[in-house]
Amino acid sequence: MDKTKKARRRPTKQLLGIAGIIGFLLTWEAIPWVGIVDARFLPPASEVTLALVRDFGLAAFWLAVGETMLAWFIGLALAVLAATLLGFIIGSSAFLRGFTNSTVEFLRPIPSVALIPLAVLLFGVKMESSLMLIMYASFWQVFIQVLYGVADVDNVAMNTAKSYGLGQFARIRHVVFPTTLPYLMTGVRLAASVALILAITAELVIGSPGLGREIALAQSGGAISGMYALVLATGLIGVLVNLAMRFVERKTLSWHSSVRAEVIV
Amino acid sequence: MPSETTDKNTLPTRTTTGRTVQNDEAMLSVRGLKKVYQTDGGPIEAVRNLTFDLRAGELACLVGPSGSGKTTLLKCISGLMAPTEGQVLLDGVEVSGPPKKMAVVFQEYGRSLFPWMRVRENVELPLKNQRVPKDERDRLVNEALEAVGLSHVPKSYPWQLSGGMQQRVAIARAVAYQPEVLLMDEPFAAVDAQTRADLEDLIRTVWKKLGITVLFVTHDIDESVYLGERVIILSSSPTVIQEDLVIDLPAERDQLNTRSLPRFTELRHHVYEQIQLAKAGHRPAAAAK
Ligand SMILES: Nc1ncnc2c1ncn2[C@@H]1O[C@H](COP(=O)(O)OP(=O)(O)OP(=O)(O)O)[C@@H](O)[C@H]1O
Ligand SMILES: [Mg+2]
Repeated sequence: MDKTKKARRRPTKQLLGIAGIIGFLLTWEAIPWVGIVDARFLPPASEVTLALVRDFGLAAFWLAVGETMLAWFIGLALAVLAATLLGFIIGSSAFLRGFTNSTVEFLRPIPSVALIPLAVLLFGVKMESSLMLIMYASFWQVFIQVLYGVADVDNVAMNTAKSYGLGQFARIRHVVFPTTLPYLMTGVRLAASVALILAITAELVIGSPGLGREIALAQSGGAISGMYALVLATGLIGVLVNLAMRFVERKTLSWHSSVRAEVIV
Repeated sequence: MPSETTDKNTLPTRTTTGRTVQNDEAMLSVRGLKKVYQTDGGPIEAVRNLTFDLRAGELACLVGPSGSGKTTLLKCISGLMAPTEGQVLLDGVEVSGPPKKMAVVFQEYGRSLFPWMRVRENVELPLKNQRVPKDERDRLVNEALEAVGLSHVPKSYPWQLSGGMQQRVAIARAVAYQPEVLLMDEPFAAVDAQTRADLEDLIRTVWKKLGITVLFVTHDIDESVYLGERVIILSSSPTVIQEDLVIDLPAERDQLNTRSLPRFTELRHHVYEQIQLAKAGHRPAAAAK
């Protein structure tokens, strides 16, 4: 019954969003015009957009995007895999949870970027350096969520499974995993954003191949609008990553209340 | 072992001990069961000493005040929790984990259904886990859903159903599993009177049709008398058996006529009295120590 209301609200919301973007671009365009900031340091929006469109036609640009996304994907995938596995094992045992708790609380706040020197020492200027930073940062996002999820398993659901003779493995598969899935998805979505940040950071600072290094190169080569165009590109990738993650989340969790609420209410 | 059983048999019926039978007749035997919970605030004795037998194919109701340890007892019987003392025997074998031929319908039915599975999948899961072949599985699931009047919603998720419907799904899951012993923990506490009456009749129908042994926990006195062939009344905590009462109502029961029988009223009155006594702290003579 809310459908009509929603349908009426959505276009206005979208229009407002588009208007906001246009407003932002116009302000940006105006700033160097008026002279608040020198156009050498902040080229007008039109020029940057044009540079971005030109980039879209360049093989080198897509190569850099590919390298960044490859590091992002591999790092994220490995981190998610490791965090899920360890999260399930540690989360299922009160002993292991107590045993690892303080160590986790100590390691987790270490910013991934603090590991840059170590990464360079270990792997040099290669994708492996990026991977190490990406994995370290994304691992904790997922790991902590999985721990929460495993702890959230309903006692009654567990007893039901036991009383119907489901063994350890069947219980993990049919009870613990589905309970944890919403948490896991949240963790993966957060990790996906963090992984992108770390991928770009690593390329910028270490100089491993990818968009980040291109940004640094453009800057040192004086191609200021080119640099801004690349920055815009990373922003766009971030938006796309987030959209894709939300889509996957919605698909896999159609039964879950956080998704359900939007359908029912 | 046999000598101990004989000992118990010589005890008068109306004491701390419920009815016991010869070893080979008993489907389910509870012997001297005691459960003490260890909590931060010290030990809590939920059940002090329970002894009774259920014959194969018997339908017994268990009534007792809230907090008297009914759920605790069921958890011990179903092997989900080890008793502090005493033992539970199923077909003469001591229960040490969830037995295969037993199904439990939990008090919190909403939480016992898996929200990530559709109704049909919920009912089917235990059978799948037992590797029942697909054809037979389909037949059992269909029959069970039919029996509880839910064959029209197999594709719904549990949370899309009303409370009473959810409870029926939980019952269907237990029925499809084809247990020899069915334990039910206040299964109808949250459904309306009409649904409740229907579900009561459903339980009796299923019980007769499958010839299973049923232990039905309730705090509703009318329900216990209407459903059971026997009502086991628990005292308040620390729990012993207040009385083990035979319900000598005709086997064919229906909501209107059975409930208006003079005998029904008498029995109901009697159980009510015993529960009041239990609540007031009166304990059967042998337990008063
Ligand atoms: N996990 C637990 N830890 C500690 N004490 C418990 C636990 N479960 C139950 N108890 C205690 O044991 C006693 C019996 O509880 P139980 O749940 O078996 O009662 P019940 O007869 O099922 O009550 P109701 O009719 O309200 O469901 C209560 O005093 C309760 O506080
Ligand atoms: Mg209870």
